[in-house]
Amino acid sequence: MAENLDQSFEESSMSNEEKRKINREQRIQIIAFAFMIGITILAFLAVGSEQLPGVFTIPFILFLAFVQLILQLYYFMHLKDKDHGWPNSFMISGLVLAAPMVVSLILLIGIVKY
Amino acid sequence: MVSEATNTLKKSVFWDWMTTVDHKKIAILYLLAGTLFFLKAGLMAVIFRIQLIAPEMEFISGQTFNEFITMHGTLMLFLAVTPIFFAFMNFVVPLQIGARDVAFPFVNALGFWLFFLGGLLLSLSWFFGGAPDAGWTSYVPLASREFGGVGIDFYVLGLQISGFGTLVSGINFIVTIINMRAPGMTMMRLPLFCWTTLLTSILIVFAFTPLAAGLALLMLDRIFDAQFFIPGEGGNVVIWQHIFWIFGHPEVYILVLPAFGMISEVIPAFSKKRLFGYTSMVFAVLIIAFLSFMVWMHHMFTVGIGPIANSIFAISTMTIAVPTGIKIFNWLFTMWGGKLTFNTAMIFAASFVPTFVLGGVTGVMLAMAPVDHLYHDTYFVVAHFHYIIVGGIVLGIFAALFYWYPKMFGHKLNETLGMIMFWLFYIGFHLTFFIQHILGLVGMPRRVYTYLEGQGMDTMNFISTIGAFLMAVAVIILIINIVYSALKSEPVTVDDPWDARTLEWATHTPVPEYNFAQTPQVRSLDPVFYEKIHGNGKMKPAEPLDDIHMPSGSILPFFISLGLFIAGFGFISFHLDLFISPYVLIAIGGIVTFGSMGLRSMQTDHGYHISKETVEEMEKELS
Repeated sequence: MAENLDQSFEESSMSNEEKRKINREQRIQIIAFAFMIGITILAFLAVGSEQLPGVFTIPFILFLAFVQLILQLYYFMHLKDKDHGWPNSFMISGLVLAAPMVVSLILLIGIVKY
Repeated sequence: MVSEATNTLKKSVFWDWMTTVDHKKIAILYLLAGTLFFLKAGLMAVIFRIQLIAPEMEFISGQTFNEFITMHGTLMLFLAVTPIFFAFMNFVVPLQIGARDVAFPFVNALGFWLFFLGGLLLSLSWFFGGAPDAGWTSYVPLASREFGGVGIDFYVLGLQISGFGTLVSGINFIVTIINMRAPGMTMMRLPLFCWTTLLTSILIVFAFTPLAAGLALLMLDRIFDAQFFIPGEGGNVVIWQHIFWIFGHPEVYILVLPAFGMISEVIPAFSKKRLFGYTSMVFAVLIIAFLSFMVWMHHMFTVGIGPIANSIFAISTMTIAVPTGIKIFNWLFTMWGGKLTFNTAMIFAASFVPTFVLGGVTGVMLAMAPVDHLYHDTYFVVAHFHYIIVGGIVLGIFAALFYWYPKMFGHKLNETLGMIMFWLFYIGFHLTFFIQHILGLVGMPRRVYTYLEGQGMDTMNFISTIGAFLMAVAVIILIINIVYSALKSEPVTVDDPWDARTLEWATHTPVPEYNFAQTPQVRSLDPVFYEKIHGNGKMKPAEPLDDIHMPSGSILPFFISLGLFIAGFGFISFHLDLFISPYVLIAIGGIVTFGSMGLRSMQTDHGYHISKETVEEMEKELS
């Protein structure tokens, strides 16, 4: 098996159905990528422009970051696909465990210095 | 010991053990190494208990006392109990889920060697200016570069390396349990020991990463003059406490969950009943694992984080008593009305239940933030966590040792010696630690190397030390038992000497290299028991007999770890006056580690096959 690995194939062994799926996946990836660049630009603009007040900017870019995270995990890292139950549950439990820690450490060390 | 008949490749014994990737042999390596560290840490405990036998003793100096208590805690938690658990997990989990090996045999070997050489690096500290002496928690500023000696460097680097080993083993177990289950072995048919192994591994992945980060920060502080924990330069010492306990509390559950699993295997086997409330047991462990991350601040009640934070963490801590209570009642109901056999394994398992309840009760007492100001840093805390760790975890380990010994080594341990050991250990344990509750309440502080006469502590400390002697005698009897049984006891030839219930008892004794000639078809929870009642007592195969694909052994895990060991020592030697420059050592270590990794990436190794004929021959010989 191993000695045939670098031989190239005459034509793809994928069925038309599979090819369609791959193409669709590619399109989704590109759209998601473009969208993510878009919201990144938006975040830069929000911070860079002098007109917007900080009360608006901070929650706004945090929201954009959250959207970015979801896109990244579910579209780029394929968590939306079938048979990704275990990676999903691990990712979510990691977030659920880390979030309260980060929040409480910000509250305690950032404010009361303990 | 896995006999010669079960080995298909002929190698010298030494080379075989150095290069092994077989989960059963790695299990035995873990067991041996863990036992060595256990004996070492136990001996330290006996010595500092002698120091405390009478007021103002001068058996050892205060400095040595500090080094002993630090090393006792560190060794017991990281290098004794965790590896002994890994030994049983490695041996039992693939057999219980019907797999031929763990998911990544190479990584499994790497995990062992990283742990072992990391532990060795930590132990080297005795020869280079003294062991770490800042307590197993290694709080800054006591452990900072200003106040901590070179021992702390050994603590940081040694634990970092052995922590990597624990981390990769944890990942390996998660993948194994999720992906390698035999057909029919659904998640809700998984034996409870596999469930607790899975959750322990998840806790390791989520908890050892903060520890690695914290140790890295401390290393930067100490060796490269960073200032994360130096208040004068803008750092904050409390961050270390947070990071340490974000790791440290889950670590307690990393230790206790496998013990829960072992007890949940031993009690049903000797009660001749299925585990009572299996589903509730699974969900109880899940909840305990989750909550273990939400309670870390209860170790820091006296730091001064304020009443609101203290109350939140006090209540979340008390919540853990609920799922734990569910488990306790389930064990009791498993025994209730069962056909009980009280042999050594069962008596250890059964005595676990009340002892662990005692530890749990004091746990809830400690969780009450206002009173905790009284208990904090007294022997009450020491008594509490020893009731959990010795009364819970070590009793669980002994139960598991007596229960799985015939499968691992092909003969049973002697029952009479086992019973003598149990009573000595049990009485000694309560004698040592029960009285420490009262010592703590009358105000004896922990981690202080002596005390004055006439404060009402003399008699109680004397009793406590006598108890420690009894425990030491019990462990010596265990060693005698192991040697005696190896020489005298009858070899076990049947597959299932205990008439037990789970899948590991469907393999031959000794277990052949490939575990199962044909992957079994699992039809129920407690599959072996099900086949005994509804089938012919043998597991139904899920596949035809065929050639078996095996991973080939490799020396590279040893060299990857050896390189890290040398590099770690190099980092430490910035604070030592050696004839060789630290940079040279770091370079050698780096080249060995990354060179071995490169070699591993370059070589194509598809393993080997055991032919169908050999398998048939071995099956005939073993049955």
